Order: sequence, then structure tokens, then C-alpha cells
Amino acid sequence: MERNPMRRQLAVMRQSLFDQGYLDEQFVQLEELQDDANPNFVEEVVTLYYRDSARLILNVEQALERKPFDFNKLDGYMHQFKGSSSSIGAKKVKAESTLFREYCKSGNGEGCMRTFQQLKKEYATLRKKLEAYFQLARQAGPMETACHPK
Amino acid sequence: MTVERVISEKKDQFPIGMRVLAVDDDPTCLLLLETLLRRCQYNVTITSQAVTALKLLRENKNNFDLVISDVHMPDMDGFKLLELVGLEMDLPVIMLSANGDTKLVMKGITHGGCDYLLKPVRIEELQNIWQHVVRRKKFDRKDRYNSGSQDKAYTDSGEAARMGNVDQNGKLNKKRKDQNEEEDEERDENGHDSEDPSTQKEPRVVWSVELHHKFVTAVKQLGIDKAVPKKILELMNVEKLTRENVASHLQKYRLYLKRITCLANQQANMAAAVGSADSTYLRMGSLNGLGNFHTLAGSDQLRNAAFRSFPPGGVLGRLNTPAGLGMHGLPSPGMIQLNHVQNLGNTNNDQSKLQSFVIPGNHNANILQGMPMSLELDQLQNNKGVNHIGELSTADNSTVFPVSGSLINARTTGCSDNPLPGVTSNSLMLEGSSQQATLHASNLRDSVSAMGFKSGNPLSHFTSMAPASDQLQDSKADLQSQASPISCNAGQIIRNAPQEWNAARKDATYQSNVMCCSINSSISVNGAMDHLGPCLDQNNPIFQRNIDLDSIGPSNFVDPLSIKRCEGENLAMEPSVTQKEGYFVVQPRLQGSYIPDNIGSLEDLASAMMKREQDKGEAADGNFGCNAYSRRTNCI
Repeated sequence: MERNPMRRQLAVMRQSLFDQGYLDEQFVQLEELQDDANPNFVEEVVTLYYRDSARLILNVEQALERKPFDFNKLDGYMHQFKGSSSSIGAKKVKAESTLFREYCKSGNGEGCMRTFQQLKKEYATLRKKLEAYFQLARQAGPMETACHPK
Repeated sequence: MTVERVISEKKDQFPIGMRVLAVDDDPTCLLLLETLLRRCQYNVTITSQAVTALKLLRENKNNFDLVISDVHMPDMDGFKLLELVGLEMDLPVIMLSANGDTKLVMKGITHGGCDYLLKPVRIEELQNIWQHVVRRKKFDRKDRYNSGSQDKAYTDSGEAARMGNVDQNGKLNKKRKDQNEEEDEERDENGHDSEDPSTQKEPRVVWSVELHHKFVTAVKQLGIDKAVPKKILELMNVEKLTRENVASHLQKYRLYLKRITCLANQQANMAAAVGSADSTYLRMGSLNGLGNFHTLAGSDQLRNAAFRSFPPGGVLGRLNTPAGLGMHGLPSPGMIQLNHVQNLGNTNNDQSKLQSFVIPGNHNANILQGMPMSLELDQLQNNKGVNHIGELSTADNSTVFPVSGSLINARTTGCSDNPLPGVTSNSLMLEGSSQQATLHASNLRDSVSAMGFKSGNPLSHFTSMAPASDQLQDSKADLQSQASPISCNAGQIIRNAPQEWNAARKDATYQSNVMCCSINSSISVNGAMDHLGPCLDQNNPIFQRNIDLDSIGPSNFVDPLSIKRCEGENLAMEPSVTQKEGYFVVQPRLQGSYIPDNIGSLEDLASAMMKREQDKGEAADGNFGCNAYSRRTNCI
């Protein structure tokens, strides 16, 4: 009983993540992979992502402190970061990383720095939202994953 | 999972239970990939390191049906892994990347990938990847597959079954082969001594060092142009070897030679600049490449022995062995090198040393021929080159192998008409000195690019070269970085003349670059290259890198000595460079398992260089593909 409102709430929260562009279709793929054998798959992947990408973020930060910028290196980090971000469906984060790479390719240090700040913001925001989402999901108890937005 | 279980699963329910090996350094992507593959009901093995993947594959090729690999990995470039797997194990490889640039996709395909997927990968795409396995099998062993002979293959029926398969396969192959002997890449080789073949793969022929040596000898005897599988087979006189096996191997060998040639050309150019055009040197490079081929098989022995002693004869010995193996059509590596080795004498200006290199049997007869010519010319130059090298190296002239100089020359000559000077500039870059490195780096890059594409040969071999240039670019200020790139290029050279390197060191700074490279390759290849070691430390981490590059294969190849030293340095250069002992060398795409001896490393470098050039070419920038190279070197 209690679950229903929570589940509804969960569904609403989830939907808004999609509507607001934080997540894309790939996230749905993750959800589809979650099943009884793998009940916390989505959360596992997201946790792994944040843990692993923290390293990349740090690398980029350090690289941005060294002048002149090593655009190749930066691009390399960001390429990797983009890969994992897209794997979890982090839409905005992925967009920022694409932009960052564009700036790297054109050697625009200013652009890189600006974009990176924006990227970090999106990255942090998404994390908070997902954490809230997973917490609610846990509270709502084991249930089927939210239906697809479709 | 047990083999039997898998086998039965495979037999009955393919594609269910298809054994996939997934490689990706990104844990998020790897977890996702694994889950997706399991959802498709495949039998999944994962690893985040390319070297581990190679190890698993080498342990038993028949344990897997398909490999999926990321393109950008720190320890080894995905394309390199792709090449190696294609050459050694002949398994279908699917590339995976977040980057869908046409150029990259093209690269994946030209390196032998059977598909290229973009991240994030979707389950629908993975549900159909089994088609690549079937396609390959079907093409190779249509009848056998249907007839269930494979069952025999993978039951523990042992030899009999294998033999049966082999024969059958051979027959099948023959049919196809008859149409085109040369195009045998798809075919699995029959395995004489492989373990139980996988359910769907025939036992493969394992091209051991000895076997390869016989092969190369036979090819040389016949002459590269006239080497046809049938005759080679006859000359080799090996039981249970089929014409198809030989044809397949020949094709790979030719590709390898092509790469070497290009690399050699590059080197020749460099050598020209350096002044040490020693065809033999080039040959050595090529030999090395071949060596690498086999080295992987574990013939580091040869290398080590050869290099360690590095006595004039010693050098040759080394060259000969691996070279002999790999090069068909080339004068017996040993021969050439030996001659030169003697000449080497110990002066920096000892071009002759280089001469002994036998250009890897590039498929182009030209190379060989070209080499001698260039060699001659280069010889004079070699002196200069050697000198340079000497500088880099520990000034041990006696051991210096003018190889680098000549190697370069030889290579370039063979491959194309690249102006030697161009090549040399590259070698210059190799030099350890930062200034020079800077200069060289740019030169190298340019040269490399030039070289790379001139020959138009697959540059996979020279992948290592490319990185060199990149590295140079990246850290002009950082000698080490520079050194690395140089190493890459030099790798080729070095491979050939690890010995020279030392000697040449003293003399020529710029040659030293070259030397460095070569040394690197040498060093990596053999721990034996002690003399190189010191040089390495000084000059550049690149050496280490190169070494690593070359010895992608068994760790034994990579001699930690040099590599380790430079390790620290190298690492500085490239963030992604990870030096792991035993796994250094981002080997440029080796045609086979090259023996990572010095020679091999040179060749590898050459290949790497070539590759890089190619890669770079694709990138269409002045950067010779260092980037690619860098990645490769990461395998260190």
C-alpha cells in the first residue's frame, strides 16, 4: 500500500529525469538489463561510473592546471569520460564532454575551461538526482523497474 | 565453464553459449558490455587489459569464438590487439569505441576487424555478432562445420581427430585456395599441436620459431616473388602442414614484409639523413619484425642470445634468426647481417654494421633490392648515423650497429623512394637530446608521415613509429617524451641495430636518435641489450617504450632492463603509458607473433611506425600518428 504512492513518486521522478534531459535512452537499456538475477544492476553501474569517472575528472583538472594545455591529453581523457557517460545514459554530461572535445580539437583553452566547469556541474547534479532516485527506489521496495518512458 | 560443456552448448545451440572475450579498460563500459552479452546468452569472459586478453587467447585460442575490444586502452592500442589476434589466433574481432569517426572505423576494418560498434552499444547489435563467427567458420570450413568433423576436433580424440580435421580442412582449403593461394587470411590454420580445437575452429597450426624459420628459409630460397605455397611446403618438408596453412602464413608474411618495407623506407629516409643507409640494417628491421612474429611464440631465446652477445656475429645471429623466420625472399637474415656485423667493427661510422641488416622480407622485392642500393649509399651516411647513435648510446662503438642508419635507409629504400633525408630526420628525433628531440620530433613526424604513406603499405608494423612522433610533439620540453617517440621510430631502427646504437651513440647525436629508437627496440626485445640499457636511461624513455612495443608478446621478450629504466621517464610522457613488465610494447600490429628480440623490436617499431603513419595519415595531420603510437606504447 505504502508502496504505491512511493512507486508513483518514483515513476514521476524517473520521468522527469528523462524529460529534463538528464538521462537518455541508454538509461532505459540499463533498466532493461536489470532483472531478478541482477536486481540492482542500474545502481551498480551508476555507482561504478561515478567512482571510475572521478579519476578522469581529476586528471582533467590537473591537466588544466598545467599550462600550456596539452589538448591531446585532455581530449584523450574526455574521450574516455564521454564513453562511460554515454554508457549510463548521462545525456547532459555527455553533451558537455562532446563540447569539451570540440574545444580541445580547436585548441581553445578558454572554451575548455568553461565547458569543464559546466560539465562538472552537470555531473554533480546528475549524481544527486540519481542518488535520490535510487534511495527512493530502495525504499519503495523491490518492484519492477519503472516502465519505459515510451 | 568447462570446455566440454561449452562445446556441447555450442554445438547444439549456437549462438547461445558462444564464447566471447570482452576487453575494455573502462569498468563502466565493461560491466555494461558483460551484462549485455550475458543477456544474449553468450559465454562471456572479461578483462580490462589488452595484455591479459592476449594472454588468455594465447593460452588457448580455442577457448574463444569472438573477441570484442575497445579501441582506446591504456596498455595497448585496440588496433594493435586486433592485428595480433587476427594474426595469431585468427579469431573475429569486433571493435568498440565511443568515437565513430569514419577514419577510425576505416582503420578498424583495415586492421582486420570484422565489425565496428559505437558506444554505448545496444543489445540489438550484440545479438547479431555471432554472424561473424559463423561467417568465418563457414568460409573456412564449410563442409567440416556441417559434417560435424568439428566434433571430432574438440572431443579429446586428440591427434587423430585433429589430423582428420586438418586433412579435411586442408582439402576444403585447397578448394578455395586453388582459386587464390594468396588470399588465405580467413582460413584457420590446421593445428598440429594445438590443444583441443574449439568446437567451431579447427586446430590451428602453431607457427613456432623453427617452423617459421623453415618457412622463411624456403621463401628465400624460392625468392619472394616466386614463393608459392606449394613449393614452400615442399621445401619445408614438414609433416602435417598443409598448403593452406602455408598459404595463409605466406599472406601474413607478405603483409608483414610490406609493413617492414614501408618502415624500412622510412628508416631509409631517416638513415639517409643520418647518413647510414644500410640495407642490411633495414633488413634486420624486417627480420625483426618477422622475428616478432615468432617471438611471441617464445623464441626470445634467439633474440636474447643474439643480442646479448652482440658480437658482430652475434648481432647477425640475432637478426638471422628472427629475420630468417620472418623474411622470405630476403637474403637469409643471418647472412646479411653477419656480413655486416663483421664490418661493424666498432666504429661509429661503421656503416657496414647496418648493412648486415636484412630488410625484412618485405613482399616487395624492391625492398631488398632497394635496400642494397640504398644501403650502399647509406653506408656512407651510416657513418654519420652511427655516430649519432653512438652519442645516444653508451658510446660503445664496437657494438653499435649501424643498423639504425642503414635500417632506416634500407627500409625506406625498399618501400618507396622516400628521400632518405626525410627518414633521417626522424631518426634524429629519436635522439635523446631534448633539443634534438624537438627538432627531430618534428622531423620525425614529418618524415614519418611522409614515410608512412609513401609506401602505402600497411603501416601496422610501424605503429610504434607513429607514437614516436606524437610523443615528440607532446613533450618537446620533455626529453623523455621525445625520446619515446623517437623510440618509436627508432624502434625500427633500433631493432635492427640495437648494438649499433651503443656504438653509434657517441658519434652522432642525431643518429643517436635513430639509435635510440633502434635501441629501444632492441632493448625491449632483449634484456640482452645491456649496452643499450644505459643509453636508454639517458636518452629516453622511449627506448623503453619501444621495447615494450616490440615485445607485445610474451613478457619474456620485453626485457625489463631497459624498459624499466625508462619506465619512469616514459610514463611521464604519456599519461596513458603504462609500463608493465613483460607487457611493454605496444606492438605495432605484428603480422605474427614476432619474436621480440632486438630485431623483432626494430621491426615492430618499423611496423609500428608504418602503422602510425597510416594511422596518422588517416588523421591527416602532421602528427605522425604518435598518438596512436602513444597508445601503443602504453602497453608498456
